[in-house]
Amino acid sequence: MSTETAKPPLSAKKPPAKRRPAKVESSWSIMDRIGLGLAWAAGISLCVVAGLIVVYMAYKGIQYVSWDMITSAPEASLDQSATGGFLDPILGTLLLTTIGIVIAIPIGVAVAVWLTEYGRPSGLARAVESGVEIVAGTPSIVLAIFGLLIFQQTFMGLFSFTAEGGAVFGRSFIAAGAMMSIVALPMIIGSTREALMSIPRHVREASYALGKDKATTIRRVLLPSARSGIATGATLGMGRIAGDTAIVVILLGASMTISPEGSGPFGLLKGTGSTLTSYVYNNSPAGEGNAPEKAYAAAFVLLLIVIVLNALVGLIGRRNKPQWN
Amino acid sequence: MELKQEPHNGSAPAGAAVPPLRRIVIEAETAPIHVGDRIIDQEAFPDPADGALIDQEAESAWVEQRMRTEALSIAYGGKVAVNEVSLEVNSGEVLALIGPSGCGKTTLLRSLNRLVELTPAARRTGRIMLDGESVDEFDVTHLRSRVGMLFQQPNPFPMSIFDNVAYGLRERGSKRPRKKELEPIVVDALERAGLWDEVSKNLNHPALALSGGQQQRLCIARSLAVSPEVLLLDEPCSALDPISTAIIEETIVGLRSEVAIVIVTHNLQQASRVADRVAFMYLGDMVECGAAGQVFGAPLAERTKEYIGGGFG
Amino acid sequence: MIRDRTDRRVELLLGALASTILLLIAGMVIFVFLKGLPSFTHNGLAWFGGGGNVDEQLMNIFNSPANPDDYVYELRAWPLLYATALITFSAVVISTIFAVLSAIFIVEFAPLSIRRILEPVVRLLAAVPSVIYGLIGILVVVPWVHEHLISEERKESVAYVIQLDGTSILVGILILTIMICPIMIAIIVDALRSVPANWTQGAAALGVNRWRAMWTVSVRAARPAIVAAAVLASARALGEAIMLSMVAGSVGFAPNPLDGLTFFLEPARPLASTIVDNAEGLSVVPFGQTMYAFASILLVSSAFLSFGGWAARRSLSKYTLGAR
Repeated sequence: MSTETAKPPLSAKKPPAKRRPAKVESSWSIMDRIGLGLAWAAGISLCVVAGLIVVYMAYKGIQYVSWDMITSAPEASLDQSATGGFLDPILGTLLLTTIGIVIAIPIGVAVAVWLTEYGRPSGLARAVESGVEIVAGTPSIVLAIFGLLIFQQTFMGLFSFTAEGGAVFGRSFIAAGAMMSIVALPMIIGSTREALMSIPRHVREASYALGKDKATTIRRVLLPSARSGIATGATLGMGRIAGDTAIVVILLGASMTISPEGSGPFGLLKGTGSTLTSYVYNNSPAGEGNAPEKAYAAAFVLLLIVIVLNALVGLIGRRNKPQWN
Repeated sequence: MELKQEPHNGSAPAGAAVPPLRRIVIEAETAPIHVGDRIIDQEAFPDPADGALIDQEAESAWVEQRMRTEALSIAYGGKVAVNEVSLEVNSGEVLALIGPSGCGKTTLLRSLNRLVELTPAARRTGRIMLDGESVDEFDVTHLRSRVGMLFQQPNPFPMSIFDNVAYGLRERGSKRPRKKELEPIVVDALERAGLWDEVSKNLNHPALALSGGQQQRLCIARSLAVSPEVLLLDEPCSALDPISTAIIEETIVGLRSEVAIVIVTHNLQQASRVADRVAFMYLGDMVECGAAGQVFGAPLAERTKEYIGGGFG
Repeated sequence: MIRDRTDRRVELLLGALASTILLLIAGMVIFVFLKGLPSFTHNGLAWFGGGGNVDEQLMNIFNSPANPDDYVYELRAWPLLYATALITFSAVVISTIFAVLSAIFIVEFAPLSIRRILEPVVRLLAAVPSVIYGLIGILVVVPWVHEHLISEERKESVAYVIQLDGTSILVGILILTIMICPIMIAIIVDALRSVPANWTQGAAALGVNRWRAMWTVSVRAARPAIVAAAVLASARALGEAIMLSMVAGSVGFAPNPLDGLTFFLEPARPLASTIVDNAEGLSVVPFGQTMYAFASILLVSSAFLSFGGWAARRSLSKYTLGAR
C-alpha cells in the first residue's frame, strides 16, 4: 500500500460549477400522469368488477341453495317447486372429472417422462410437443364434435347405447370422459415436465452410480419427487373438466338423472347423465328450463368446487416443494 | 516511516502540476503511529470509538464540496446498518469507501441517491445535503439525475447502445429530444467513458452483445449523459476481468475533475490505485477518513490497521 | 447388458405411447378437415362470402332429402365469420389494454392491502367456468341492456331485419373481455415481476420516474409475455361457445355498422356457438359436414394464432438475444 501508482494530475483549471436549481418543474409529464391515472382506473375497476361478481354470486347462491337441493335428485315436473334438486348433476360432475383424470394422468405422465427423459428422435419429440400445444389451443367444442364422430362409429358401440337399427348413440359418460381427458392432458404434461426438469442432474447421476437403470430411476426416484408437480397438473385439469360445458352438452346425453345403460359400473359408464355445468345451462333462459334460482344455486355449488380445487393447487405447490441440497 | 518516493507521473514534469493532495502527504511529518515497533502515542489522537478520525489536511483547494452527510443513520428493521456517519463528497477527487462485507458501505452509498428507499424496511435519520440543500427537499427523480449510480453487475437495458446512452435524456420531462439533438451528447458521453472507439460503428447493435467490461463502460456513459454532479460506484469492477478493471479505473480517475466520485470497493489495491480520499467503515461506524496515502500508509485507528494488514474482512 | 435392454424396451414403449397420442391428435385434425371438406367443395370460395340468411341455409341443409345426390350444401358463412372475428378481436384488444394497465397497477402502484386481496381474486376469476359468466350475463346484463339501452324506436329502426332483445355483441364482447382478462393479468403480472431488478433499479438511478421506468423498461421487457397472453386469450375467446350462445344472441346475423350505435345492440353468433346450438343435427350427413367445416375454420385460426404469436415473440426478443 505504500507505492502510489501513476495517476494523471487534475487539470489546472478549476472544475466548472454545475449548479442547478433545487426545485425544477416536476419530472412527471402530462403523458406520464395520464398513464398513471389510467393504471389506477384499471386497477380500481378491476377491484369493482371482481368484487361485484364474487359478491353477487355469493348472494344469489346463498339465497337459493339449500341442503335439500344438494341431496335430492332432479325430477321432471311442470310445477317448478317440485323439480327437485341437483344431486345427480353433482354426482355427474364428480364422476366425469374422475373418469377424465384417471385416463389423463397415466397417459400424461408417460408422455411427459418420454419427453424429458428420452425424447429421441428429436424430430418426433418436437412433433409431440407441437401436438400437445395444438390440443391445448383447440376449443372444447371441436373436441366435442370430434368425440361424437368417433363414438358414433359402430365399432365403438360398446361405449354407449346402441339402438336396434344399429345406430350408435355415441353419448355416454365414457365418451365425455375420454374427451375430457384430452382437455386435461396438456396441463398434466406441462406440470409434470416442469417438475421433472427441475430435478437437478446429480440426483439422476447418483442413482445410475448405484447401478440402477433408467427405468428404475424414473420409477423409484424421479416420479416420486415429481409428485407435487403431477398433482398440480391434475388439479388444474380437474378444474378445467369441472367447468367445461360444451363437451357435456354434446357428449353426455342430457338426461336429467344419471341413467345407466345396463348394470354394474360399466353400465354406469355407458349411461348418460348431466353435470352441474349442463344443469346450469339448461335451467337458464338459454336452455329449456325456466328456473333461475336453481341455476344460481347450482352455479354456486360449482363455484365452490372450483374454488376448492384452486386452493388445493396453491396448497400442493407450497407444501410439497422438494428441497434439493 | 520511509518517505515515499517522488510520485512518478509519467506526463507531468517534476514538481509542477502535482496534485496538492499528494504533496501534502509526501511532505508530511512522520506520524507517531505506524506499523512496526514504534510506540503509539495514544494521547495525541482521540480514541477511534469516539468518532471518525479525519485528516483535515487532506482538503485541497481544487476540490469543491458537493455532498455532505450529517450524523446519517440507516436501519433495516431493528438492525443498524449505518451509524451516525458524517462524510463529505467533493468534486475533483475520488472517495473510496472500504471495509469488510456488511459494514454498511453499500447502504451508505445507496442513501446518497435515496435508492435505499426502494427497500421497504429501511429507516433513515440524519441529513444528507447536496449543494447545501437537503436531499429530502426535492423530487427524488431530480436528485437521481444529479447523483448517478453504477451497479456491481453491469445492467445495460435490452436496447441498442445508442438508446441506452440516450435513455436518461429521453425519459425525463415532457419534451422528447430528437435524435439529432441527442447524438452529440451520446458521442461525448461515450468518449468520456472510454467506449467510443470500440462502438462508434455499431451504435444500433444490442447493448447486451457487448462484453462485461464494455457493458460497464456503457453504463458509465449512460450515467454521464445526464450530466450528474456526483457519480456513485458500487463495486463496479468486481464482476469484471483484470483488463476491463484497469480500463475502468483509468476512466474513473479521468472523470474526477468533472464529477465527484464515490466508489465502494472491497479491493484494497483498487482503492489505493484510484482513491484520493479513503473512508474506512466497520459494522456501520465510520472509523477513519482521510487522504489515501495517509490511511493506507499510516492509519490512525487500530481497526484500520488490522483491516489493511489483512487481519480480517 | 440386461440393463440396457430393459431401458431400451421402456424407451420404445413410452415412445410408442407418445407417438400414438401424436397420431391421435393428427388424426383428429385431419378427420375434422376431411369431414368438413364437402361443404367447402360444394360452395367454393363463396362459402366465405355473404348472401342470404345463413340460418335459413342451415335449415335447408338440415332438411336435405335422404338421397346423397340431393344433399343440400349451399351456405354463405360470412355472418358467422364476421361475428367470430368481430367479437374475438374486440374482446382481445380491450382485454390486452386493460390487462397491461391493471398489471402495472398491481405490480407498481397498488397499496399493499389491495394487492394482497386482488392477486388471489384475479387467479380465482381465471378459473371460473364460462357457463357461470354466461348465467350472470343472461340473467343480469342482458335484461339491463334490454331495459335501458334498447328503446322502442331503436327496435323499430331495425325491426325489418332483426329483433333486438338485449342479447347483443355488446354484452358478448363485454363478458368475453371480463372472462379472458384475469388470465392475461396473471401472466403479465408474473412477467413484470420477473424483469431483473438490475434494470428497474438502473432506470430509477438515472432519475426516471416510476411510471416511465415501468413503461419503458419493464413493460418493454415483458412484451413477449404480453403477446403470449394475448394469443392464449384469443384462443380461448375463439373457442368460447356456451357463454356467447347465451348472451350474444342465437341468430346468424351480421351486425351492421351503418346502424350507428344500434350496431352494438344487434345480436350475432360466432362459429363456436353455432356448432353448439346445432349439435343435435349432426346425424344428418350434410349438416354434420357443414358443422365440421366450421370446426376446421376454428382449428386453422388457432394454428394461425399460435404461429403469429411465436413469430411476434421472436422479433421482440431481438435486443435480448445477447449475453444475458
